[in-house]
Amino acid sequence: MTTLDKPPAEALVPGSAPAPGPTPASATAPPPEHQRPEQKLKLGGVTREDFFTILGAGAGSLGLIWVLFERVLPFSGVLGFLICWYVLFLTGYYMLGRLQWGGPMVRERLVSVVAWTSGLLVVGLIADQIGYVTSRGWEAAQHVNFFTESMEKTASLSPITSGGAFHAIVGSLEQLGLATLFAVPLGIAAAVFMSEIGGRMARPVRTLVEAMTALPSIVAGLFIFGVIILTLGFDRSGFAASLALTVMMMPIVTRAAEVVIRLVPGTLREASYALGGSQWRTVWNVVLPTARRGLMTAVVLGMARAVGETSPVLLTAGFTSRFNANPLEGPQTSLPLYIWSYVKLPYDAMIARGFAAALTLMAVVLILFVTARILGGRAAGEMSRRQKRKLARAARAAARAAAAPEAPTGHLAVATGEH
Amino acid sequence: MTAAAEPAAPHAEAPRQPDPDVPRTITAPATNGDRVFRGLLRAAGLSVFAIMGLIAFFLILRGAQALRAVGFDFFTEKKWQTQAHNFGIASVLPNGILIAVIALIIAVPVAIAAAIFISEYAPVRLRATLISLVDLMAAIPSIVYGLWGLFFLQPRIIGTVRWMSNHLGDAIPFLKVRTGDIGTSYTSSTFIAGVVVSLMIIPIIISLSREVFSQAPQGEREGAYALGSTRWGMVRTVVLPFGKGGVIGAVMLGFGRAMGETIAVALIISPSFDVMSHVLENGANSISALIALRFGESDALSLSALMAAGLVLFGITLLVNVAASFVISRSRSGASTAD
Repeated sequence: MTTLDKPPAEALVPGSAPAPGPTPASATAPPPEHQRPEQKLKLGGVTREDFFTILGAGAGSLGLIWVLFERVLPFSGVLGFLICWYVLFLTGYYMLGRLQWGGPMVRERLVSVVAWTSGLLVVGLIADQIGYVTSRGWEAAQHVNFFTESMEKTASLSPITSGGAFHAIVGSLEQLGLATLFAVPLGIAAAVFMSEIGGRMARPVRTLVEAMTALPSIVAGLFIFGVIILTLGFDRSGFAASLALTVMMMPIVTRAAEVVIRLVPGTLREASYALGGSQWRTVWNVVLPTARRGLMTAVVLGMARAVGETSPVLLTAGFTSRFNANPLEGPQTSLPLYIWSYVKLPYDAMIARGFAAALTLMAVVLILFVTARILGGRAAGEMSRRQKRKLARAARAAARAAAAPEAPTGHLAVATGEH
Repeated sequence: MTAAAEPAAPHAEAPRQPDPDVPRTITAPATNGDRVFRGLLRAAGLSVFAIMGLIAFFLILRGAQALRAVGFDFFTEKKWQTQAHNFGIASVLPNGILIAVIALIIAVPVAIAAAIFISEYAPVRLRATLISLVDLMAAIPSIVYGLWGLFFLQPRIIGTVRWMSNHLGDAIPFLKVRTGDIGTSYTSSTFIAGVVVSLMIIPIIISLSREVFSQAPQGEREGAYALGSTRWGMVRTVVLPFGKGGVIGAVMLGFGRAMGETIAVALIISPSFDVMSHVLENGANSISALIALRFGESDALSLSALMAAGLVLFGITLLVNVAASFVISRSRSGASTAD
């Protein structure tokens, strides 16, 4: 990753070369620069000119669009206003830019502005969704009973201080746990198959796993519904729902796990084989532990995706307003199903409960997601600071312990011989 | 032993290449443990085939009754009256495709611009955060998108929809709303469902396209800069042509995802069994939404009909996805990532 990220920054140098560098800084720069000639000049950045051009285009288009939208044309709607403003802003920016820069430069700036705004739009959309669900969900989620009661004794017009989603939270966690239990060994084994064993079948398996990742969730639900409930004749249950979630989760785990297993350096495997390790010893004691953090990321990402799946659960779990901790028997509500069932009812308290459940669900997804990011911050085999310290301590101890100088130099020879 | 003679031979004729990073092929005799281990892994790998095969098998098995009952009419009938043996996907399938197409029209430009932003324009420090945010957007449950679309977006978008209908409707017929000028004429439409679905496929298209863009060869980028190109010039002549195949594949995957999207669509639409040629009007449908809204029907034929509809959806998404991965692997950017 770092090698990929670095070059674009260097590549900026020729592109923005026409812009004059920050000359005042160079007065003091030369002495240190002499010692470190690799230090880069900061060439990018926003000049005052750029800033005021954007500001001017923005303000001008805002004024114009306000006059057009509110006074001249019979338009309405916030969204339409924003879209028209944006289009007018781009036009204004282009014309302002045309006054001061040449053609290619104007296009470059224009694309840069479009790229920035689309990036901001995506970030804004995520923030808006999280913010909206939080603000609507807070109404019910601030009452403790939401997290401790089920809906068993709550009628449709009951106030928000009665009833809650405890049964749905428990159901969600149980179904997720079962699905993880099924999907993770299967998914990681399939990933190990593709990367460690390979052969003729690896490619079709990979293609099919990719196709399976995009399997419509309703089809997964329909499949389990058709097998467990229609063909085998069981009732709807949390177990059936967890099977449907397994179908959704397994390919996600497989794909993510394969990527991290492939990052395990081949030299580690060779070292294991050279020590006489068999293949399963190598995989079990070398490959999987090396990729452990990445694998955990894969698992947690899969869990984050599975916990929010609604349609498989909708068809297979059955709906109940009472608490049911046994996934094997009787209907078991989960959070997505709870939201789906209550938010369509025409009662404000029910909708508020639905939003509070959505807030809970988002919180679970966010926690899982952040966990995955923290775990997966490093590539496979890359050590954390603590691990590095530990290794350094061990190396020092080994150096101290070895009275004869062969041990450290021998180690060095191996290290240099490798490259 | 022959094992001793065999490794010696290749050493003699081909001296070792100085290429330390390529894993060497290892020809150790497999132990019993290894045999069991490989068997287990192979079973796990092939279980993917088993699952997909079982899905197809059970959908066919359970859907056969409905297909037998109406025969080929299943593909030409617009109505969905299972009791009257009068049902087909001729309206839900085109309506679902319409939602997906609207979603693509909105999502593709935004997603490609955002992908270019993340891979080319964003400050390097922000890049990792942005990638995580896009991944997070992909992980937001579809029911949350549905809630957001139903309660947040719909009331705010009606003004725009009304404006489009009143002012563009005469020039562009499919934007006309023919029902009366009241609020509910503009809600629960194909268009609004498409907008919400577009938000759900934006992160998919962004992350695939960004990955492809970031693989554009450094030498060619520098070459473009050396010839005096601006950053946009470089993107246009190096990054976009390099990523073209990957982007097309990403768009196809996004289409497949949009076709299969269920809950958000089912929350927003009010089901309609006409082919909705006027996309802003109240009423829309898709196969997945139909299944989600009708699975509670209890008679065998109704369920069988839903299974048959699910089979069609399964077939279409599978085709689209396999075609997409084919396109990606045939493209220049995909060829470099394939094993």
